[in-house]
Amino acid sequence: MSAGTSTSTTAPYQGSGRRRRPSFTRLVTIGVLGFFLVMLAGVVGSVLISSIATRWLNTWLPEGYTLSWFSSAWQEFGLTQVLGVTLQVAISVLVVTLVIAIPAAYVLARTNFPGKRLLTVLFLLPIVVPTITYGVPLATLLYRLQLAQTLPGVILINLVPSVPFAILILMPFVEQVDESLEKAARIFGARNWQVFARVVLPLLAPGIIATSILLLVRTIAMFDLTFLVAGPTTQTLVVKLFYAVSAAGFRSPQSIDAMAVIYMATNVLLLAVAFKFINPARIVGGGAH
Amino acid sequence: MADQLEGSARTDPPVADKPDDGDRQFRELRLDGVTRAFGATDALHDLSITIRGGEFVAFLGPSGSGKSTALNCLAGLLPLTAGEIWLDDRRIDTLPPEQRGFAMVFQNYALFPHLDVRRNVGFGLRMRKVPKQETNRRVEEALTLVRLSHKADSHPAQLSGGEQQRVAIARAIVCEPPLVLMDEPLSNLDAKLRLEMRTEIRRLHQDLGLTTIYVTHDQHEALSLADRIVILRNGVVEQAGTPSEVYIEPETDFVAGFLGYRNALTGNVDESHGRQTTVAVGDLRLVGKSPAAMPTGDAVVRIRPDDLMVCNGGGTGPNRIPLLIEVVEYGGREFVVEGVTPAGQRLYFMASEAPRLGDSVTVAVEPENVRVFAPTEET
Amino acid sequence: MVTRTAAAPPASLPPLSKRLAEKGVTPRLLLLLPAVVFALGLFVYPFLYGLGLSFTTEAGSLLGNYTEFFTDPYLRGTIWLTVRLAVPAVLIILVTAMPLALAMRGAGRGKQIITVILLFPITIGTVLLSDGLLDFLGAAGWVNRFLLDTGLIDQPLQLIHNYWGVLFAIIITDFPFVFLLLLSYASGIDPSYERAAAVFGASPRQRFLRVTLPLFAPGLAITTSLAFVLAFGTFPSALLVGEPAGSTRTMGVAAYSEAFQQFDYPMASTVAMLMAGVELLVIVVILGLRNRLVPTLSSGRKG
Repeated sequence: MSAGTSTSTTAPYQGSGRRRRPSFTRLVTIGVLGFFLVMLAGVVGSVLISSIATRWLNTWLPEGYTLSWFSSAWQEFGLTQVLGVTLQVAISVLVVTLVIAIPAAYVLARTNFPGKRLLTVLFLLPIVVPTITYGVPLATLLYRLQLAQTLPGVILINLVPSVPFAILILMPFVEQVDESLEKAARIFGARNWQVFARVVLPLLAPGIIATSILLLVRTIAMFDLTFLVAGPTTQTLVVKLFYAVSAAGFRSPQSIDAMAVIYMATNVLLLAVAFKFINPARIVGGGAH
Repeated sequence: MADQLEGSARTDPPVADKPDDGDRQFRELRLDGVTRAFGATDALHDLSITIRGGEFVAFLGPSGSGKSTALNCLAGLLPLTAGEIWLDDRRIDTLPPEQRGFAMVFQNYALFPHLDVRRNVGFGLRMRKVPKQETNRRVEEALTLVRLSHKADSHPAQLSGGEQQRVAIARAIVCEPPLVLMDEPLSNLDAKLRLEMRTEIRRLHQDLGLTTIYVTHDQHEALSLADRIVILRNGVVEQAGTPSEVYIEPETDFVAGFLGYRNALTGNVDESHGRQTTVAVGDLRLVGKSPAAMPTGDAVVRIRPDDLMVCNGGGTGPNRIPLLIEVVEYGGREFVVEGVTPAGQRLYFMASEAPRLGDSVTVAVEPENVRVFAPTEET
Repeated sequence: MVTRTAAAPPASLPPLSKRLAEKGVTPRLLLLLPAVVFALGLFVYPFLYGLGLSFTTEAGSLLGNYTEFFTDPYLRGTIWLTVRLAVPAVLIILVTAMPLALAMRGAGRGKQIITVILLFPITIGTVLLSDGLLDFLGAAGWVNRFLLDTGLIDQPLQLIHNYWGVLFAIIITDFPFVFLLLLSYASGIDPSYERAAAVFGASPRQRFLRVTLPLFAPGLAITTSLAFVLAFGTFPSALLVGEPAGSTRTMGVAAYSEAFQQFDYPMASTVAMLMAGVELLVIVVILGLRNRLVPTLSSGRKG
């Protein structure tokens, strides 16, 4: 799903006679996008401002500003432990996903074999099925297997959307590796695993890094699946946030908003790092829902 | 078998004494009925040829002739559909590429982008577990041979095309392999570079004596580099011989056309005795040499442009062809002229002075320089 | 003369391993094994397990859970509740995103900036968004404050803990994804087709209907299907800014509730299966519509 190449930088031929038309479309464009961004800014801004406000009741902006909510949130919600769990889950999911997805992406990108279409559909299916639809049966199964509420359980359930996503993102990177390099390596004496380890993997490194960061972001943002199997000690940050917000009911206490900001900051940070390695136009995968 | 022609030095170049590496050199590489199917047809059909240790053999042919297929089969990158490949008394067609111990130079260089020049060149040695000190020594030697020692720490992306190809060559020769495979290595280079690299490759072969199989579609490369040339068409060997053999005595119409006999006149066999054949082309009677006595039927007359002489008026003699001048191209020392016969067939010849367009001239060619063949079958 | 081993076997076919290799079946395929194990073990098997569960009832009848679902208005109503959230959301998103994507497909620099900006909401997720919406749309939030101060309303609007909050959440979360995907498809439409049509005298409306739209249709259909799947599977927002026991009891909420509040695992799986069924139905309808309305093209041109 890459952005296509457009040879023209001007909008398509709009019709010479009606000069008003181009500016109208442009206005609408800017209008709609602007409205959306204003809404988004408002939503995120509410949380942001609330987290640094001393008191914020029925006014446009709060009376004063403070950073104390962050430390109180840290203690109140045990964020050290929660962040620890989040990182453990994210990194474990990353490692296992890479181990499964890299070889799979390599074979799918390089070889043709009978049944390849079917297999590709099978691998990519979890992307098009909503998380709850496969999450509930899987969570039920994990409960039956006594894996629920454990770290391995959370890791396992998070693998389901991660592996297809990783395969999808990695395949174009594999295609970019010149196949004659592998042939050259083999002729000069490299056995199959050596070709993979000494030629393919090093050249795949940028792609792997980009995929890894995106996987981390996705796992940290993944709510539905983790929520279904997490126990009190195995909640990731986003699940903790959910429980806090839903317990609050209405407008969240500011400490909760502080926790939300911490969550947002981790995501933004990771995304910023991701953009160093990957062209933003390539990424269109569904986020947590 | 090659007739010595008067006054021309069209013999094979001198062969230097090859260095004697008894244990590294093999005696013969034998391809036996090698066949590689491609769908319903054969990309390579029943190729049987023996290559002696130290030889430089060129596989020459147009695209689709099977020459690259043959190379890939030798490398082990393609399995054989039928046939066998033997290296002295070892059968190697069942071995995967990494166990054959050969080396290859690719058209697109195939240098590892993430390794510097030194590590690229030493790749094969490291894979074959050559000790570090010896690897370093041999890499330095190879880099000196291709005159790239000063670029040893650069990465391929920092090198020009010619330099990259020299690194690729160094990577191949450093292994001192029993067989070096070259797949159109000069095709990606510009014309000037191609000539320079050609001499390089020739010099390296004279110095090192590594058995080489060189695939190309360029007859000049094949003629200048090879000890023997194998001409392929549609997966089948049309002719195999030394450069002068195939240049002076092509055995088929296709080979002649590929090796510079640009002019082709179609006609009918008039009479044929031994190797001398007369062909009726329109109203003309052309006399030339055929591989053997030819039966009556269609024939193709092949003449090199440089063998046609302008001889307006005066004198009688065989093979006089009247032409109407159509195109004149400037060629530096001479002009390349295209003319049309009364029967409407095109002929190219060289002239030191440019004729005028529309002029009528007569050209003539010695019978020894005319070749007659059965027409190439379209397959 | 070198002595050779025994003559080649007289069989006309090469050995099985060679024939398989020609087709692409080599030991290299073993690299797929982990992925296959993963797909079968963590996706196919749980799904089949859930399917089996959905057919498990105490009375022993195969379709017991399904009949229960469709006879209980509280349960069968979830289909409608989910659809009435997902469909308007997708429609609103499409109506805004599509012209935008088509208009923006040529722009260079602006396109990049927008892409970067829009990628952020894709990753923050609905939980954070819901938290923000509780602030933003609440009685004391900026939206109500703005509407009150400008005199457009007298009383604060109830925008959270009901249908509207969830609708908002879906739209904000899914718009970026849909827009970027449509932009990607739109960028793949070669403008020279429309120019050629203009040269041959087609009006802007004709060009749109007969050139742009047919070329856009396949990408549009795929995006709509994906958008619907996303919207249909909405979960945390229905709980946080919606009324999970009432007007926003989506199928996702029902499935969760049956499993982890009622502990009725067979029913939970039944709901999940029905979710999958409804989605499949909608996707089939969307793709069928596309083929009906735009029969001329069999393959879209993608970038």
